[in-house]
Amino acid sequence: MAVRPTRRLREELARKPSPPADKLLPAEAAVRLVRDGDHVAVGGTLYSRTPMALMFELLRQGRAGLTISRPLSCYEAELFLVSGLAGGIVTSWVGIGLPWGISRVVRELVEGGRATYEEWSHLALGLRYKAGAMGVPFLPTFTMLGSDLVGLVDTHELICPFTGETVLLVPALNPDVALVHVHRADRYGNAQIDGYTHMDADMVAAARTVIVSTEEVVDPERIMEGADATVIPHFQVDAVVEAPMGAFPHELYGRYEADFAHFDEYVAAVRRDGLAAVSAYLDRHVHRQPDFAAFLASFGRSRLEGQQARAMELTAR
Amino acid sequence: MSWTRQELMTVSASRLLADHRVVFAGVGVPLLASVLAKQRHAPDLTIVLEGGIIGPRVLAGKLPISTNEMRAARHATMLTAITDVFLLAQRGFLHYGFLGAAQIDAHGNINTSIIGPVQRPRVRLPGTGGANDIASLCNEVLVVTAHEPRRFVERVDFVTSPGHLGGGDAREKAGLVSRGPSTVVTDLALLDFDPDSGRMRLCALQPGVTVQDVRAHTGFELLAHPEVYELEPPAISDLEILRELEAGAAARE
Repeated sequence: MAVRPTRRLREELARKPSPPADKLLPAEAAVRLVRDGDHVAVGGTLYSRTPMALMFELLRQGRAGLTISRPLSCYEAELFLVSGLAGGIVTSWVGIGLPWGISRVVRELVEGGRATYEEWSHLALGLRYKAGAMGVPFLPTFTMLGSDLVGLVDTHELICPFTGETVLLVPALNPDVALVHVHRADRYGNAQIDGYTHMDADMVAAARTVIVSTEEVVDPERIMEGADATVIPHFQVDAVVEAPMGAFPHELYGRYEADFAHFDEYVAAVRRDGLAAVSAYLDRHVHRQPDFAAFLASFGRSRLEGQQARAMELTAR
Repeated sequence: MSWTRQELMTVSASRLLADHRVVFAGVGVPLLASVLAKQRHAPDLTIVLEGGIIGPRVLAGKLPISTNEMRAARHATMLTAITDVFLLAQRGFLHYGFLGAAQIDAHGNINTSIIGPVQRPRVRLPGTGGANDIASLCNEVLVVTAHEPRRFVERVDFVTSPGHLGGGDAREKAGLVSRGPSTVVTDLALLDFDPDSGRMRLCALQPGVTVQDVRAHTGFELLAHPEVYELEPPAISDLEILRELEAGAAARE
C-alpha cells in the first residue's frame, strides 16, 4: 500500500473510542471492523501467537480483496489466499518450517499468477511497521542494499546528508487493521504479552483499527500489578475479544505448544489433494464450526491439556 | 565411528566459531553447530535467534523447529521484539551470521526467493526471512550447505542475500557496511573468498575427499589455495553431543 500523508494518518486516530471505553466484544462483532479491501496486519510470527480465533472468524464471515501482512507467514496465509479473502501477502517468508518443506499452496498460486507475494527482508518489514508506529513516512537502513529484493518493492536509496553513506529508505506501513493475540488484557484494551513480543507493538501503533484477542480478560488492577508487561496501551485499541487458546493450533509462550501433529495432517492432505485440501480444511475447521470454541473442542480436552503441559515444562525455570 | 553428511558439516562449522563472540544463527545446522561449539570449545559464545531470543540454552532432545518458539527460548537471558534483534546486527554487535543456502554462487550470493523469471517464477521459494538481514548486517557471514552442483552455480537467478555481489568492491559500492561471507562449509570442503575477485576458493578438504571430487560437485570454476589441507574428522565426543541433541527430533514430541 502507498505511504499516506502523516496528517491524514494522525486525523484517522480521532475516530478511536474515547477512554475509558468498554471495548469487550464477541469475536463476531469485533471482526466486523475489518472491511473489504483492507490491509490486515497479523500479529505473532510463523506458528507463534497467531490471532487464530480472530482469523477464523474473519474467514467464517468472508471478505473480498484483503491484503495480509505478517513477519513470517504460516499456513494461515494459505487459508486466506485459497478462500479468496486475500489476493496477496506481504511477508518475508512463508511456509510452516523446515520439516514440512516448501509451501505447495503458495507455489501453485504465485507461480500461476493467481496471488501476489510481496517479499521484504524480515528487518525491512519490521522497520516498515516501526516507521508507521513512529509517525514518520520512512526509515533508513543498511539492510537489503545490493540485493535483488530491492528491485521488487517500493524503496529508495539516499545519500545520507550527514555521512555521505548510501542508505535504503523503506516506506512506513500503516495497516488498516491489526489483529493480535495476547496473554491478558483488560476490557479497556491495556494488553500484556509474556515472552517474545514479535512485531506486535509496532503494528498495533501503526494501524488505523486494532482488534486484540486475549487468553483472559482481567481486572485493570491485574494489569497495574504487572505494568512492565503491558506492550499495548488502551488508547490504541478498538476492540477486545476474550479467546482462550486463541492462538491454537499455533503456540502461545508459556501457555500451550504448537500442535505439530495438526500441521503434519494438514501438509499430508495438501500433498495428496493440493488446493482442495485447503478448502476441505476450511470447511471442516472453520465453516462447519459455529465458533472458535467449537473448533477447539473438536481436538478433545486431553490433547489440549497435553499441549498446555508441554508449554509449562518448556518454560519452567 | 561413522557420521552423516549433516554431522560432518555441523562439526566443521562449529569449529569456525570462536569463544567470547556473538552468533546470529538460523535453525538447522547453524543452530546445531552453535550449540555444539558452546559445549566443546566456546562456552562463552552467545547465541542470538531472530525470534527475539538472546542467549538460549537449547535442551538435548528439545531442538526447536523454528527460531520463534518456546524450545528456542529455553533459559534465554533476554526475550524481545524481532526488529530489535536485527537492529543489534545493524549496530554491529553480532560477530557471526550463520546461514544455510538453497542456491549459492561463485561470489557467495544466496538465493532463497525465486527460480526463473521474477514476474512469473518457475519456482517460488519461501523467501528471505531474516537471511538477507543476516547477510547484510552481521560482521562476518558463515554459510553451511550440502555440496551439490545444482546448489553451487556461477550466478544465482536472484540475489536474496548479498555475498560479494559481482566481486571486487561491489559490496561496499552497494552501500553494505559489513564484510559479507568469509567461509563456506560443506560436506566436501571448506572454502573462502579471494580478496580481489571475491570468488569462492577451495581452502581445505573433508577427510578422504579429493580436489577433483570438489570440482565435480561445483557448478562453476573454482579457485584453490596453493596448499589445500585436510580437515580434522569429527571426534567421537562431537558426534555424541550432536546425537544427544537431536534425539527425539524426528518424533518432535
